[in-house]
Amino acid sequence: MQTTSDEVLISRIAGGDRLAMQVLFARHHVRVYRFVLRLVRNEATAEDLISEVFLDIWRQAGKFEGRSAVTTWMLSIARFKALTALRRRQDDELDDETAAAIADHADDPETALAKKYKGTALRDCLTALSVEHREVIDLVYYHEKSVEEVAEIVGIPEATVKTRMFYARKKLSELLKEKGIDRGWP
Amino acid sequence: MNTTSEKEAPQSEIEALLPWHAAGTLSRRDAQRVEDALSRDPELARHYEAVREELGETILLNENLGAPSARAMETLFTKIDAEPKRMGGGSFNLSSRFTGWLESLTPRTLAYAGGAAAIAILLQAGLIAGLAIKETQTEGFESASAPSAAPGVGAFTLIRFAPQASFDDINKFLEQNRLMIVSGPEAGGLYKVRVGEAKMSKVELGQVVKKLQQDKVVGFIVTTQ
Repeated sequence: MQTTSDEVLISRIAGGDRLAMQVLFARHHVRVYRFVLRLVRNEATAEDLISEVFLDIWRQAGKFEGRSAVTTWMLSIARFKALTALRRRQDDELDDETAAAIADHADDPETALAKKYKGTALRDCLTALSVEHREVIDLVYYHEKSVEEVAEIVGIPEATVKTRMFYARKKLSELLKEKGIDRGWP
Repeated sequence: MNTTSEKEAPQSEIEALLPWHAAGTLSRRDAQRVEDALSRDPELARHYEAVREELGETILLNENLGAPSARAMETLFTKIDAEPKRMGGGSFNLSSRFTGWLESLTPRTLAYAGGAAAIAILLQAGLIAGLAIKETQTEGFESASAPSAAPGVGAFTLIRFAPQASFDDINKFLEQNRLMIVSGPEAGGLYKVRVGEAKMSKVELGQVVKKLQQDKVVGFIVTTQ
């Protein structure tokens, strides 16, 4: 089966093709939403933001030069929108939120029982990571971005992408250890 | 932020690549290096299993996040409808028409190419569609500075542009060498490109091909009728 490439859709969108925009939105909005939601941790905010992300794509399609994949470009826009929204919030509010997420799970007997399962614990710890660490882990593992693409989306050197990933994973191991799961690494 | 510590990550080069290897986003060469290291080093292989666990749980976590409601799409298109109408006749419309023209030329090629080949052809078409082109009265499209003779007359080559060639690279290459894309993409992403307005001898054409293939934009080039 042949599908129209993202690049062709973008060139049509640049010409004002509304249908091409619908196809692009249908194809990518769920992944963009999940990327944004993992950063801002608020469903309503994430929904608002993806409308803004795709509106930017509609407006800027003519400037897209094809130097990177369309999804890389979209995630760059999404990241910028999400971080701007996060900056609007108070830092202490974020810290409380993170702490509450961890503490809630620790205090809940039912959740504590579920923590016997390593997978559940891992997902909890993935949720408890900092924005920078959540972002790099999601881009690599879920959005299947290469070192070069992550560097472009996040705006850091490729070597820093690798080390940030290392420290994200190290933090993950530390959080797991706090929950009684020792992976023996690092 | 982790600015300071990020400069001093105590990990080997191969170890650093494990997450990308698990996700399948390494180049073939790097993937082979990691595979070789994994087969030699049991400790690294154990570490890799932990990476694979993280990968699986990250996918599961994200897939469980659900999807946005229809409100997101409604909001978007309400905003788009409120935007000023796009101006007609601009380069973007030309690009779209050129893209459509490419697609109409080779439906079977595109339909049968499949998988990576189809993606490569479409990506290349997308790039070339962005060039500043003008529609001719005869056939084909040419860059603003390309020769003006009828596209069917002259000396020709088949070119496949390098996948990493950018919009600017291809545009510059065509303009500097006064080339004209006559048709394509054919099977394998090949474009028929006119390299001269008059016919050339085999030797002359061979020299032109030799010169053009030095350009990084050219992935593959052969002479043709």
